[in-house]
Amino acid sequence: MVEKLLEGSKRYYMWLLFLVVVIAVCFIVYLFQLFEGLGVTGMNRDVSWGLYISQFTYLVGVAASAVMLVLPAYFHHYKKFKIMIIFGEFMAISAVVMCCLFIVVDLGQPQRMANVMLHPTPNSVMFYDMIVLIGYLTLNCIIGWVTLEAERHETQPPKWVLYLAYLSIIWAFSIHTVTAFLYAGIPGRHYWLTAIMAARFLSSAFCSGPAILLLLMLLLRRLTGFNPGKEAIHTLATIITYAMCLNVFFYLLEVFTAFYSNIPGHYDPLVFLFTGYHGVTSWVTPCMWLAVLCTIGCLSILIPPQTRSGKYMPYALGMLVLASWIDKGLGLLIGGFTPNMFESVTLYLPTVRELVVAVGVYAVGALVLSLLWKIALSVKFETGHSDGDLVK
Amino acid sequence: MNKNRRSFLKVAGLSVFALSSGATAFSSAAQAMVSPGTYEPAPKELKAKRWAMVIDTRTFRTADDYKAIIEACHAAHNVPDIRSKADGHEDQEIKWIWTDSYKHAFPDDLNEHLADRVKKRPFPLLCNHCTNPPCVRVCPTQATYQLPNGIVTMDYHRCIGCRFCMAGCPYGARSFNFVDPRGYLSDPVPNPEYPTRMIGVVEKCTFCVERLAKGLMPACVEASEGRILFGDLNDPESTVRKALAENYSIRRKPNLGTQPGVYYIV
Ligand code: SF4
Ligand code: SF4
Ligand code: SF4
Repeated sequence: MVEKLLEGSKRYYMWLLFLVVVIAVCFIVYLFQLFEGLGVTGMNRDVSWGLYISQFTYLVGVAASAVMLVLPAYFHHYKKFKIMIIFGEFMAISAVVMCCLFIVVDLGQPQRMANVMLHPTPNSVMFYDMIVLIGYLTLNCIIGWVTLEAERHETQPPKWVLYLAYLSIIWAFSIHTVTAFLYAGIPGRHYWLTAIMAARFLSSAFCSGPAILLLLMLLLRRLTGFNPGKEAIHTLATIITYAMCLNVFFYLLEVFTAFYSNIPGHYDPLVFLFTGYHGVTSWVTPCMWLAVLCTIGCLSILIPPQTRSGKYMPYALGMLVLASWIDKGLGLLIGGFTPNMFESVTLYLPTVRELVVAVGVYAVGALVLSLLWKIALSVKFETGHSDGDLVK
Repeated sequence: MNKNRRSFLKVAGLSVFALSSGATAFSSAAQAMVSPGTYEPAPKELKAKRWAMVIDTRTFRTADDYKAIIEACHAAHNVPDIRSKADGHEDQEIKWIWTDSYKHAFPDDLNEHLADRVKKRPFPLLCNHCTNPPCVRVCPTQATYQLPNGIVTMDYHRCIGCRFCMAGCPYGARSFNFVDPRGYLSDPVPNPEYPTRMIGVVEKCTFCVERLAKGLMPACVEASEGRILFGDLNDPESTVRKALAENYSIRRKPNLGTQPGVYYIV
């Protein structure tokens, strides 16, 4: 099927070329980081993880979210999703690739990365995270490829793929749970030390991931004419709405526990994020309030069934992605490290070079996604499975 | 495990070269050349079942008293003074032992009406060599590990610089080499016998394992003129146990269950 990559339009090749150039430029900046050390980033002794690890966390969620298509399709035989599943699985692959890269660029000594495997350490959550991520990547590659190959030959995929798909459903939950355990098991970081962390991670993943997918599908429809189908879009939007409501609910539970118990350690990070702490405010505060506004905005469009998949849906999804990204891609990390271990504030601001490296990783993800989706699209058009509204 | 680790350290010289040039295969070849079990404990090594430190904060009088211990440690271990250059890396500093106020050292004790002499006193802070160290629990490579005598130490050549241990330590005891530390050290380095570190690894106080092996007390203890005691917590006759039996002492964040091995007499 790889040959499908060779039959694209000029516009498609321009896009690939653009991505390659971006990746090359960002890679040069990464080389600077490699030689000069992580001193080129805004991280510091007190905020020792930053943008890289937070993007890793966010993208594990995006990867896990493919399950929101796979689960209804395989467990509930919801046929309308079948046409879209492959795009979800391929998006998961590209997300896991980005996750791995974000870990690598965050390491101080990436050339020693193999130490994690040479000295396996079962008491470290990072060890399990590595295993589940690699497992999930493998599962999605196999399932995606085999089902697509079968579709291309207009046959049923072999039975064993079905079992792998069931396994991948459980696996998806596990990758994000284990990622939450990276945070939730650490004593002394108040914002992270909460049993609801894994549940919050999953709910935010299950709204933001499908929202990104749906936005990209809408873009695809405009660019190529591939139509995921009206009903599928509406169902996915409903799933997104439920997940977002749960996400907000879980967050409010945190807020209640922190403030009603009135234990300073519990509310300090929230106070810092939303109002500033002991007179020190940072750029995250306006971001957090923006996230609140976006949450209200997206839910007021998504909750009423009449507007849910109407013409304002893309805006709602955009706001949802932004809100969840601020919560998990910024607030979670910064709130975990501030106030610091001395209950004082050390501020963190990513540097331009740090941002460029992060953009580079996203560009690699976009490249992987573009290539994989191109293959999938070609097969869909070749077999005439390109209009979800025709699925019976 | 420890024997392996020590013999690993013996070939550290070779491994540093091999690892820093990115050739991991190289390093395992170097390790294979050294036969296992060649390690013998040094004859003069100071031994204990559980090393612990007692800091008598009442006896520190002037700023120089603190400066002496910090300088002794940082010189003995070639700890760079990143803050000495105003080059934008000040927040990315390295420190093994430093001072901070009571409020920051013991943030759980929210007593506004603390006696002035305690409130205003600087407290020397360092790694607590916890009995249940979260840093060891989270480290994915065992680059941070605990010795049977309670010391939590580091293998700088195995550390991948993931900084999970920094997130895990509730005491802010660990520093990461964000920049090349050698650029901030004098030439020759203050203590040529102790290795300098490379960028991208984490470091912290090691309770001076390398000095204990030679029969010496930790550098800060030696420089403190009796203000800091160091000894075996499991021996009722040791100086630390006697000091703890006779004085009121506190530890940092005891409610986290880490069981710090550094005690403060207030
Ligand atoms: S103080 Fe921190 S670095 Fe030291 S042993 Fe305890 S957790 Fe580890
Ligand atoms: S930074 Fe080094 S010592 Fe710390 S957890 Fe990672 S590998 Fe272990
Ligand atoms: S025990 Fe040794 S390493 Fe630790 S602070 Fe004292 S001198 Fe430094």
